[in-house]
Amino acid sequence: MFRNVAELIELAVSKKCKISEIMIQQEMDVTGRSREEVLGFMDRNLKVMEEAVLRGITEDVRSHSGLTGGDGKLLQTYIKSGKSLSGELMLDAVSKAMATNEVNAAMGTICATPTAGSAGVVPGTLFALKEKLNPTREQMIEYLFAAGAFGFVVANNASISGAAGGCQAEVGSATGMAAAAIVELAGGTPSQSAEAMAIALKNMLGLVCDPVAGLVEVPCVKRNAMGASNAIVAADMALAGIVSRIPCDEVIDAMYKIGLTMPSALRETAQGGLAATPTGRELEAKIFGIPLNEK
Amino acid sequence: MKYKSVFDIIGPIMIGPSSSHTAGAARIGRVARSLFGRKPKYATISFYGSFAKTYRGHGTDVAIVGGILDYDTFDTRIVDALTIAKQEGIQITMSAEDAVTDHPNTARVIIGDENDKIEVVGISIGGGKIEITELNGFALRLSGNHPALLIVHNDKYGAIAGVANILAKHEINIGHMEVSRKEKGKEALMVIEIDQNADEIIINELSSLPIVQQVVKIHD
Repeated sequence: MFRNVAELIELAVSKKCKISEIMIQQEMDVTGRSREEVLGFMDRNLKVMEEAVLRGITEDVRSHSGLTGGDGKLLQTYIKSGKSLSGELMLDAVSKAMATNEVNAAMGTICATPTAGSAGVVPGTLFALKEKLNPTREQMIEYLFAAGAFGFVVANNASISGAAGGCQAEVGSATGMAAAAIVELAGGTPSQSAEAMAIALKNMLGLVCDPVAGLVEVPCVKRNAMGASNAIVAADMALAGIVSRIPCDEVIDAMYKIGLTMPSALRETAQGGLAATPTGRELEAKIFGIPLNEK
Repeated sequence: MKYKSVFDIIGPIMIGPSSSHTAGAARIGRVARSLFGRKPKYATISFYGSFAKTYRGHGTDVAIVGGILDYDTFDTRIVDALTIAKQEGIQITMSAEDAVTDHPNTARVIIGDENDKIEVVGISIGGGKIEITELNGFALRLSGNHPALLIVHNDKYGAIAGVANILAKHEINIGHMEVSRKEKGKEALMVIEIDQNADEIIINELSSLPIVQQVVKIHD
């Protein structure tokens, strides 16, 4: 069983296989399930992600609070206008990441990757890349195992909980996971996946969890958008041969230690950051029907 | 290693918006339902800490009632659980409590009918994982990191051996085990964390032991 990214890469290199394959084999070993079962479970998760993306970019999704919904769809319309500055693939990923989180906020069905609040980044990037790289269904499933392998290391060595480590642990982790998986899908090496994860996560360090009214909506939906774009840029950088000066495992460790020193007001308590802005407080009072002076 | 499976990372499939406040709440409600063993006539739910502050916005209320209706985290009927419970004649009482609990996401669930009732305290520890900390006044420490069996039995010699023998026969390894009772010679509770999910055959075999009153499994 791999305990860190270095061991994961070493396993993949020595066995001359993809990172996703290492994750599939470990899952079979740990659970005693057959290859077909393990792949079948992931295929079911992929189907849920696909449906959430489709729903978010085509339907008028609205959350109960009214804070979020419709932005993924809005961005699709903008892409079709041909006027986009950052390019179609990038915006498509951003749109599909937001779409997933908008469905989540509206109590729709999603697959946590690694959490519900950060569920947009991994599928958002995957379904955007699908248009460009035309992967097989099997390759799309492998993408999720590759992302899962890196998330597994983060969850066991740091944290994937906003309450414990801030948003860097949720959207940050998801961004690193997606960056690594993009590299594998695009034909990069296992080491390049690790570099992409390191580069992506470095740019998410210190990100606090400060949701308005404590709801998984503002700024979560747009943080997933930025996570998706960050992941694609980091993957491109790694594929170009750029390496992170700080090794991936040390970046993960830094993220963990930053989380430990983060004040609790910035860890999913709705006490600080954007949640404590005048507008954040006003929205909170309106949603829960509590007068502002009682806050 | 806290997380063992890739599906702890890519998963669970769930109704949004929060893995801790929605999926976790549904799981707490569902454990209570499994422990009760049938559809209850009433449910009294108390929320503490962050659950108490944000339960409406997070859908913690509908999710926990969904769990009591035996819905899994991904069952879309969760959204309408309050209405469905009403239609099915289950009386729901919900309250937000001020008391400070050890964990910020804590819920106390009492469900029952004219014959019986049970009381469960659960906490939601993140990513949809839960722990049950109390059952009918028995303090538990159910980690939620492993599949588990909760066995209500008579506080009498041979109970542990009987259960352990059946698990051994089916090659199920015990990772952690606790036995507690409220009074000598009366009802006792065995909490057994196991390495793999126990299937129906094992549950039936355990249930058929004369000393065992009830067996409930908690999946990984």
